[in-house]
Amino acid sequence: MTIPAEKLTVAMPKGRIFEEALQLIREAGYRVPAEWAEDSRKLTVEVPEENLSFLMVKPVDVPTYVEHGVADLGVVGKDVLLEEDRDIYELLDLTISPCRMSVAGTPDRETVLNPKVATKYPRIADRYFREQGQQVEVVHLNGSVELAPLIGLADRIVDIVSTGRTLKENGLVELEEIARITSRLIANRASYRLKSAPIHRFYERLAHVVNEKGGSK
Amino acid sequence: MAKPREFEKPMGVRDFPPELVSKMKWVEERVEERFRAWGYREVWTPTLEFFDTVGRAGAIEEHKLFKLLDGEGRTLVLRPDQTAPIARVVSSLMRNHPFPLRLCYHANVFRAQEREAGRNAEFFQSGVELVGDDTPEADAEVIALAVEALEACGVRNIQIAVGHIGLLDALLMEYIEDPEAVSRLKESLGRRNLVEFRERVRDLDVAPERREDLFSLLSSRGERRLLDRLETGDHGKAVGDAVSHLKEMWEALEDWDVASRVELDLSLVGSLEYYTGMYFEGYGSDGFYLLSGGRYDHLLGQFGRPGPARGFALKTDRLIMAGPGQPERPERIALIYPRRYRQEACRMAGRLRRKGKCVTLFASEAGHTPPSFSGFDRIEEVIGDDDPR
Repeated sequence: MTIPAEKLTVAMPKGRIFEEALQLIREAGYRVPAEWAEDSRKLTVEVPEENLSFLMVKPVDVPTYVEHGVADLGVVGKDVLLEEDRDIYELLDLTISPCRMSVAGTPDRETVLNPKVATKYPRIADRYFREQGQQVEVVHLNGSVELAPLIGLADRIVDIVSTGRTLKENGLVELEEIARITSRLIANRASYRLKSAPIHRFYERLAHVVNEKGGSK
Repeated sequence: MAKPREFEKPMGVRDFPPELVSKMKWVEERVEERFRAWGYREVWTPTLEFFDTVGRAGAIEEHKLFKLLDGEGRTLVLRPDQTAPIARVVSSLMRNHPFPLRLCYHANVFRAQEREAGRNAEFFQSGVELVGDDTPEADAEVIALAVEALEACGVRNIQIAVGHIGLLDALLMEYIEDPEAVSRLKESLGRRNLVEFRERVRDLDVAPERREDLFSLLSSRGERRLLDRLETGDHGKAVGDAVSHLKEMWEALEDWDVASRVELDLSLVGSLEYYTGMYFEGYGSDGFYLLSGGRYDHLLGQFGRPGPARGFALKTDRLIMAGPGQPERPERIALIYPRRYRQEACRMAGRLRRKGKCVTLFASEAGHTPPSFSGFDRIEEVIGDDDPR
């Protein structure tokens, strides 16, 4: 079998992070197709001249693709990594798509005996409230989390907040910050060893751009 | 009576159909042959152990153990690895066998998986333990044997990454006074979270150039020259001792002719509570993580027979995918005979079997549809001398 050892497959998250991540990869000097945009329905994009291949996947699935080795590298939000807890290398803070993982609720909320927390991130929520010594019931939702306190499904929510506009529009306020979130470059454990040279080059070029932008090393 | 649930099994356990078993066996036989050639002898230990002995002493975190109670209410565990049970045997049953001891095993081990239904909770390992020898050569020996075992299974592109927890510890201690901060940094490395490692370094109250030195630990990967650099640097005794041990180990690896497969990585750590010296992981073929092992000098003492030790465990389930090897399959013959020629059929089957064929007999009866002969390479019929042809 001859699989060129130098070729890298990168799992890219569709949605919020995609444009910024693509921009960063371009700034790092990789010539990716100009017409490549998120709304194209392509699920894979080959860039043979850079020895790169991209997979377009749902953000929460990025760590899965990388852990199982179908992608060597991935770009994914720290929120997903905190929730998923996968066996991967977290290589670089890309400092893009900054936001916060926060607890939010209605401003006039009363203390209830057995509070319910609605969230897309049940593990993060559970861990956080345990650490705070609070006993809550976590309700797992897949979207429209802001609706939950308004209709009485939950007393509070745990979700990512960037500008706070969505919260405001729904009459919610940010109550506590759980973690600061940015996007990360992650690597498969075996690829980190077996393709260490190209992965290191990819890392170095991205790290250089991140540093130039005043991000951390 | 309730109908048995035919297809349901507890989460994470599997059935192995014949094709899979023959692949697993093939791998086990290949590595077994190498282990034996290097003087390792196989031991078996029970599937069940006391939590208080083996469960607590091992490298596997408690929440991954399958626990149950025996008739007297004592907590038992399904063995989560083979190293702690072997340490128990070395310190009890084999107490009078002089060090060094070279032992090997093939075993199924059990680890509870929290998250995914698809992950295995029972898997198979083959491995060795080399107990009671403090030399760098003994460390090199198990690495060389690991490479040879992978080669025997046809694994391509073998890469062994070697770290040393003692060296990492000593280096960190030279930069950081607070032992808590040191263990937090090691934790980050243990989780392979290099971003968190850098964040924690940035939060430390140390001079900028020292910070750069700490960052550079993450890229301290290479071969012998890495050790030469550490040797000439301005370092204390603990670093010096670890470096000279690794250097001698490296020279032995060169003599074994496997050094080209090995990369040193100062940031590589295994289970932090458990490993005491060098630690290694093996990778190969198209992205397979195939083995891990290392030095564990504190384990045997917990069973009352202190001694230095190291070993490794191969992940058999992954080796069957990483190696192209197929077990050699003897020719399978279906031998059909009319009842009255049974004796001839038995004799003929015996002759063929002695030649290494797999022979299955079928009595043919007039008026019966013959069974399906799929899966056989050849069909033979016994025809008596008096039969019209």
